[in-house]
Order: sequence, then structure tokens, then C-alpha cells
Amino acid sequence: MTGAIATPTTLAFKRKRRSFRFLSRHLTIVIGATLMTILVLLSVCAPLITPYDPVALDLIHRLRPPSASHWFGTDNYGRDIFSRTLYGGRVSLFVGISAALLSALIGSVIGLLAGMFRWADAPLMRVMDGLMAIPAILLAVGMMILTRPGIPIVIIAITIPEVPRVARLVRSVVLVIREQVYVQAAVAIGTKLPRLLLHHILPNALTPIIVQVTYVCASAVLVEAYLGFLGVGIPPETPSWGNIISDGRTYVQLAIWIVLFPGAFLGTMVMAINMLGDGVRDMLDPRLARRL
Amino acid sequence: MLEAAPLLTVEGLAKHYQLDGGHTLKAVDGVDLHIGRGETLGLVGESGCGKSTVGKTILRLVEPSRGSVQLDGVEITGLSYAALRQQRRNMQVIFQDPYASLNPKMKAGAIVAEPFINYGLFAPRERTERVADLFARVGLRPDQMDRYPHEFSGGQRQRLGIARALALEPKLVIGDEPVSALDVSVQAQVINLMVRLQEELGLSYLFIAHDLAVVRHISDRIAVMYLGRIVEMAGTEALFETPSHPYTRMLLASVPSADARRGDRRRTVLRGEPPSPLAPPPGCPFHTRCPDAMERCRIELPKPRQMAPGHMAACHLIP
Repeated sequence: MTGAIATPTTLAFKRKRRSFRFLSRHLTIVIGATLMTILVLLSVCAPLITPYDPVALDLIHRLRPPSASHWFGTDNYGRDIFSRTLYGGRVSLFVGISAALLSALIGSVIGLLAGMFRWADAPLMRVMDGLMAIPAILLAVGMMILTRPGIPIVIIAITIPEVPRVARLVRSVVLVIREQVYVQAAVAIGTKLPRLLLHHILPNALTPIIVQVTYVCASAVLVEAYLGFLGVGIPPETPSWGNIISDGRTYVQLAIWIVLFPGAFLGTMVMAINMLGDGVRDMLDPRLARRL
Repeated sequence: MLEAAPLLTVEGLAKHYQLDGGHTLKAVDGVDLHIGRGETLGLVGESGCGKSTVGKTILRLVEPSRGSVQLDGVEITGLSYAALRQQRRNMQVIFQDPYASLNPKMKAGAIVAEPFINYGLFAPRERTERVADLFARVGLRPDQMDRYPHEFSGGQRQRLGIARALALEPKLVIGDEPVSALDVSVQAQVINLMVRLQEELGLSYLFIAHDLAVVRHISDRIAVMYLGRIVEMAGTEALFETPSHPYTRMLLASVPSADARRGDRRRTVLRGEPPSPLAPPPGCPFHTRCPDAMERCRIELPKPRQMAPGHMAACHLIP
């Protein structure tokens, strides 16, 4: 507050009011960002925070309810659920963010090509239609059976069905932007195609891409959990939220905390990512908010 | 113009759009014009008459269907992409809507510097100096280079558009209704700026507008377009003093005048809408709205006739 005293009081008041207005107008983004920050910090700092090794067995203290020594209780092997949940968050986050970035990258390139070049449009989009027809879970199960399961395969399996969604979105946005007068103006001043794409088309297509990326991220976190639950995801020795819930499902009546805490974290993270996405969308483009 | 070699010569320029169902939209249908060095040709007509398309086909932002465009002796139509890109240094455009013609994600300085980057002109530091010069030249402050387009007013944005068009030191600047989207008070400022820059840099203008009053101040000669064709072209004085085509007379009558004496003059008010260019009437395209239409006008397309040196009109009424 010393800074506020030094500046004229009206200015300080204005600044305060402006930041308050930002908070109230973009409440979803604030809540989403706060939850996300907490979850990311907990996951990233898991080795510093967690009191136990997430895979260490302690058969004497199996199926213990939440207590001071085991905050979220223990599972049927006596593994600490708090530690496992935080470590599981790292896997979920990594899978979610990787799948989102990967599908955004591939989908944007395909959408950009399809939107800019007439000759590329039909072939690319028919391939995308074909990919969209494949059920995501079926594709993932098939890939797990045919390859050695691991985090990279899970990421690829989640990315493939998401690529067409991003590609279609980017294509439709590019079709609008390429007709804008500023694109024509750029052509008139001799802008070459690569620069046209990177400096004029892509920056103006970024808002919907960012929003879509958050949705892909949320859905990737969920699909990773489905796959883990079905036993075709990340190998069971790695604690991921899907795997923990899968392990705990047989003990639901005895020890509900095994599925309760990772489940709650999963739900919270998906909700936080979606809120962040909605908030970013509303903040960057109020017109888009009404259209979607 | 009696000048030996005009800067721009356009002959038989046409833009036809093939539409679904076998229809052809003749946006521009056989336009001839030329612009001398340092000269301004005003191109006027109602909306939809194809005047903007003329400008864009000259620049090949829209590919012409046929016709010839020669800039300084170089045939523009049929140039390869790379050769066309080199020619674009000589001809530039100022767009109508200053809100749509500037990339919202680029800073003002970067927008004006982009032509330099595209042609690899100047070292980065010199670019900034050049952009600052251009800013000053069009009446903007160099410290506004770091702002985004949305932080400028409409008139300031149009000044940015002009600075961008002038960066490559073109010979010809096509103004595609450059002041139509601006407030009346700002229109005069931008026109005066364009006149001043023409004197300083020896530019030639093709000034497209739908408003004769706006064109009058800046043009040496004026061409009047109707449904894809030029119906009358003359020196500005001659066009206002002795308009020959009935369409030109109607346009002139619709110009509000501060001169009270003109109020006595019998007014031929422009009636109705122009016919759809999808189904243009046979014969003279203007006969559906012409007060003096004859039988011949419904059948035969009038050829351009020379009225006086440099004054041409396409009308059967002209002997």
C-alpha cells in the first residue's frame, strides 16, 4: 500500500477498481486458473510434498482409512493414496498437455493447408472424416494390444482422434480469415506465402485454437483415465489416476477412499481446464462466446 | 491526356464470375482507361457497378478474365507470381475500410515496416527510421509505432494505410474508396493529405469513390461507371460543366450544393435501383432508368463517342 500512497489516490483507486472488475467479469477464468495452479503445483512438487514412495508396499497398514499419517488412506497393498494421487496427477497432466499440444500442432497444420489451398482441401478433409469415424477408445485398445503399452502410445492413441476436430476448426477459421481485407493488403505489399501464414493468418486464428486445445486437454485427461480403468492404458505399475481407480474398484465397499480421492482430483482438474478454456474464450473474443 | 506514354493503360478489362446454374456475373465488362504520370483519375459509380473490381483487377488482387493492363510499359496480366510481386512495388492500394485493412495482431510500426521486410529493403535500424519518416509524412507521431490498430481512430488508421501504401515508393496508388468509411470532417483531412503527398512524391492516383463531390477536389479527370462499363470520361471541369451522359447528369443532380442558384435548375432525380448485373438489360444498360430512352437504346449497346478532345461518352443521344 505504500506505493498507493505515493501515487495520487484517485489513480490507486482506479487501478484497484480495474483489477476488481477483471476478477468479477472473468470469474470462471480466475477460479479455473487458481484450481489449475494448485493442481499443477501439487503434481510438479509431488516428490517434495509426498510423505511416502507412491509404489512402496506396506502390507501391515493396508486398507487404512484417511488419518494423520495417511491423509487419503492406503490401498490394498498399503500404498499411500495421497502420494499416489499426486504422482498420478503428473502422469495425467503430462498426457493431457502432450496430447493437446500434439493434436493442436498437427491439426493446425492440416487445417491451415486445407483452408489455404483448394487442391489440398478435399483429400485432407476426407482423411479427417475417416479418422473421426474411428471410436477413440477402440483405437486406443487396438493400439495397446498391438504395441508395448506406455505413456507415448497412450498419448498417440488420444491424439489421433482429436486431430480431425482441431483441423476442421482451424480450416473453418482460416477460410474466414483468408478473405479479410488485411490479408489482401498483405498480398498487395508483396508478402510471400510463408510470412502470410505465420504473421497474418495464424495469429488471427489463435484464439479458437487455444480454446480448442483446452478442451482437448480436458478430454485427454479423461480418456487416459478410461484407458487406465479398462486396463489398457499406462502399465499398472505407474500410478496414474485411471490406474489407481482401476485398482481400487474391487475395494469400493471396503475402502472408498482409494477411488474417491483420485476421482475427485480427476474431476477437479477436468473442470478447471474447461473453466480456463471458457474463460480465455470469453476474454479474448466475446462474440465467439455467444456463437459456441 | 495528350502525354505520349501514360503510366497506366487499361484496355478491354473484364472480370466475369461464373456462378452456379450457368449464370455469368459481368462485374467489369470492357473497361478502357489510362492515367498519366502525376495525374489523378476519379472513378465513380453506384455501389455494385464494378468500380472496386476495376481497381482490384488492375492490381491483380482479383484475376481479370480478359483485357490488358500496362504499367509503365509492362504488361501486368499474365505475369508470373514472382514477376508480379516485383511489379507490386510500383502500384499500391489504399482500402476502403480502415478497420478491416489492418491486421489487428500487428503493431502499427510493424504494419508500415512490412513492405520493407517483404522486399528485403534496408537494415533493421534503418527500417525503423524509414517507418518513423513515413509516420511523420502522413501526420502520425513516430511514438505511436508501438500501438495496435484498435488504439487509433478511423482517420488515423487510414493514415496508417496510406503510410503502408507509400512505403515502397510506388508510381501508382489505387484508392479504393479511401474516405467513404470516414467521418465527413476527417474525409477532407485525408483527401488533403493525399493531394499533398501526390505533389511531394509525384504519385498517380486512381481514386475510386461513389460520391462525385469527393472526387471533384482531387481528380484531374473523372470516369463514370455504370454496370461494369465506363459511360462517360472527361476532364473534371468538362464533366461538371457539360455532362453528356444522362447518368452523369443524374449523378450531378444528386450532389448537394451550397450554391443557392443551382436550386432553380430542373432536377432529374435518379430513380430506382440499378438492374442486377446478373441479368443486365439488353442494349444500353442504363435504358431502364434513363429519362430520354429511345427504342434504339433497348436494342443496341452504344459505343463510346468522342465529344471533345479527352471527353468521351457512350450514349445514343450524342450525335
